[in-house]
Amino acid sequence: MPEDLNWAIGGEAGDGIDSTGKIFAQALSRAGRHVFTSKDFASRIRGGYTAYKIRTSVDRVESVVDRLDILIALTQRTVEENMEELHEGSVIIYDGERTTMKDFEAPDGMIGLNVPLRRLAEEAGGAIMQNIVALGAACEVSDFPIENLDESLEKRFGSKGGSIVENNSKAARAGQAYVRENYDLDLDYELETTDADYVLLNGDEAIGMGAIAAGCRFYAGYPITPATNVMEYMTGRVEQFGGAVVQAEDELSAINMALGAARAGARSMTATSGPGIDLMTETFGLIATSETPLVITNVMRSGPSTGMPTKQEQGDLNQMLYGGHGEIPRFVLTPTSISECFHKTVEAFNLAEKYQTPVYLAADLALAVSEQTFPPEEFDMDKVEIDRGKVVDEESLGEWVNDKQQFKPHALTEDGVSPRAFPGTKGGAHMSTGLEHDELGRRTEDTDMRVEQVDKRNRKVQTAIENEDWSPREFGDADSGNLVISWGSNEGAIREALEFLDDENVSVRFLSVPYIFPRPDLTEEIAAADDVIVVECNATGQFADLIEHDALRRVKRLNKYNGVRFKADELAAKIKQALEESVEATA
Amino acid sequence: MSSDVRFTDFKSDKQPTWCPGCGDFGTMNGMMKGLAETGNDPDNTFLVAGIGCSGKIGTYMHSYALHGVHGRALPVGIGAKLANPNLEVMVAGGDGDGFSIGAGHFVHAVRRNVNMTYVVMDNRIYGLTKGQASPTSREDFETSTTPDGPMQAPVNPHALALAAGGTFIAQSFSSDALRHVEIIKQAIEHPGFAFVNCYSPCVTFNDVDTYDYFRDSLVDLKEEDHDPTDKDAAKDVIFDSEKEYMGVIYKDENSVPFEERWGISENMSQIEDKPPEGTMDLVREFY
Ligand SMILES: Cc1ncc(C[n+]2csc(CCOP(=O)(O)OP(=O)(O)O)c2C)c(N)n1
Ligand code: SF4
Repeated sequence: MPEDLNWAIGGEAGDGIDSTGKIFAQALSRAGRHVFTSKDFASRIRGGYTAYKIRTSVDRVESVVDRLDILIALTQRTVEENMEELHEGSVIIYDGERTTMKDFEAPDGMIGLNVPLRRLAEEAGGAIMQNIVALGAACEVSDFPIENLDESLEKRFGSKGGSIVENNSKAARAGQAYVRENYDLDLDYELETTDADYVLLNGDEAIGMGAIAAGCRFYAGYPITPATNVMEYMTGRVEQFGGAVVQAEDELSAINMALGAARAGARSMTATSGPGIDLMTETFGLIATSETPLVITNVMRSGPSTGMPTKQEQGDLNQMLYGGHGEIPRFVLTPTSISECFHKTVEAFNLAEKYQTPVYLAADLALAVSEQTFPPEEFDMDKVEIDRGKVVDEESLGEWVNDKQQFKPHALTEDGVSPRAFPGTKGGAHMSTGLEHDELGRRTEDTDMRVEQVDKRNRKVQTAIENEDWSPREFGDADSGNLVISWGSNEGAIREALEFLDDENVSVRFLSVPYIFPRPDLTEEIAAADDVIVVECNATGQFADLIEHDALRRVKRLNKYNGVRFKADELAAKIKQALEESVEATA
Repeated sequence: MSSDVRFTDFKSDKQPTWCPGCGDFGTMNGMMKGLAETGNDPDNTFLVAGIGCSGKIGTYMHSYALHGVHGRALPVGIGAKLANPNLEVMVAGGDGDGFSIGAGHFVHAVRRNVNMTYVVMDNRIYGLTKGQASPTSREDFETSTTPDGPMQAPVNPHALALAAGGTFIAQSFSSDALRHVEIIKQAIEHPGFAFVNCYSPCVTFNDVDTYDYFRDSLVDLKEEDHDPTDKDAAKDVIFDSEKEYMGVIYKDENSVPFEERWGISENMSQIEDKPPEGTMDLVREFY
């Protein structure tokens, strides 16, 4: 009996795949089961293959695996697309009365359940409910108590009123009854339910929620996959807390609006993906030079150019680290899991304001579109602290004026951080500029002042390195000579891969790095290791380059850039293989 | 806001490096007077400037100010105003800044109608980069980069503004101080996006669009019996190819600023050191 169940529904875009999957995921979560979901989708609105996949277990799950136990296939292509993940005993639910599925036969060793989804849906009140019939059938196959579906149907359709929820519930039961009556299944599934109440959310939502919790009041953005969900999440919510969301005319405008709001004193954010970061880079230097706190979220996707907009990649690291002309102090944070999307967003706002520096918060498509269950305490708002840094008011700004009573927004301080006066504060009027400037913010080409201001801005980074915690998250066997290092969204898959490896007696120490700049100094850990493998979703190993530069040692690189995120079992095999090869071979 | 503010309070102690006689002096003086006479003071004013000779204005005035990147001053002003609607927001820049690199932002700022004032110091040339054609340069205006003239129609900024749904569209002239201040004051008091194109001659690189040219050719709408609330009359003025006008060309008396339509009224700079009350509900939504 598999402890996990891997379930999927697939068909054409426009078939309601997403909402059906979400209904089932919510039902599982409400039944106290952990869920991790992933999506395959193409960059088109109608037509084109899409799938919603769920992995569920009573234990926490943080990644996807290469395995499918139950597949609801609305099209023949769905089966073809997933052939590699299907296995002996996999159940395929399909509608043989559908013209495209008439001649379908389940491959050898698999169980095909021919369920007249459409007909049963019509009998229950409308063909539109055919996916819900399939959900009912899936409940029967997996022994999942069908009552749990009702609550999520209510959540989904409750607002539509009257009989809609009831009809859907009827449709589900028709699917269940059909399988029960027509097939004599002897499967080992038993989807245990528990008393736990989990929340189910994706990385974009976690970022939006983190931003609001952190006191973000202003958001300006321009739609782009896969970052749009951040904006959609905040729209209508941030307003309840006295804020505003503005859809700008382009990313140049979005980041400049966010900059204006930040200067007016609001906690302010914009979010985009690679192509938008390119446009925002123009203003990035101004933000750093004018010492304006701003959070810029980059939900990465496959590049370059428009690349593969609906596919996974971690290819923008160098862009965030080095993008912009001149030399620009910045922070680059990379949340490593969906819950870290929340926590790192809060941290990003605090860092931005404490150091008056732009902060890149870099998530990626895998985090943005996957959902995961969590105990709600994981997002404990009481633990969230807001630190606005050196903000001065009417009285305290008196300490920061020159002998002409002029306020010094770029005062040369020991820690590099200067006082900040929001417009409206009496006596604080000052200007700020992207031109090199003196302590008052006025343009200067004085050679000494230039050096002093550059040093001051860089000093903030030094202060932050000393005062903040930049450590990696550590997993696995701390004494192992096999060291795996990764950044961003790969953490979940690697953690699960460690369990697979453990079963094969391969011990691994895993450091998951949520900070690219500044980043933890891993020299000691690397020196202590026999083998070092850096895992990332890009072709050239941008993070591996940094690690080699820091530690002065060659590392092995495990890269994936076909557009699909790492999977736990795949990684276990690749890590094992890499450990068997000698370093020299890859160096 | 105190009533004893004088326009010199908006002056910084930095001496402008504009060429002696540059039109930008007059434009700036009018802006400072307009701000002071409408009851503003430097501490409640946020001035955003573009890049160009004109963009240097942020250095010479005293207020909260940001000198941004080329062409992007308007979005900065919008963000600041929405984040704190109590601020008096003024944006200034050149014709290149506003109608070339920033043309997209201009059109969208007009249609967004946030309550702020935008002053373009229009000299029909690029000053700071030493004399290239600007989007308002005449078709046959010879410059270092257009030896035979740009050979393309100049942008008509007022037409752009009207087409984009502008609610306050005006033309002023830097050397007609009285009219300029009057127009700036009306712009500040207009509830919505007020666009003032101010002819500010470049004495160094433009020997065609000179003080004398504007003085002789500009017709004051005040003497023309023009009704600025009449859109058709505004159209006639804007598309008149024979004459150039000065004054308030169009004013929508029913203008409701964006922030009012969107219900944005809070000063967003004031937040607690804890997440706002009720944030836990955000988590519960995911059950
Ligand atoms: C992105 C970018 N491109 C080009 C420039 C160079 N540049 C500086 S000012 C300017 C034109 C200014 O013309 P205008 O806006 O008419 O202002 P003026 O100097 O005439 O007042 C240009 C092209 C720049 N600073 N940034
Ligand atoms: S170059 Fe022209 S616009 Fe620039 S300061 Fe001189 S006169 Fe003024």
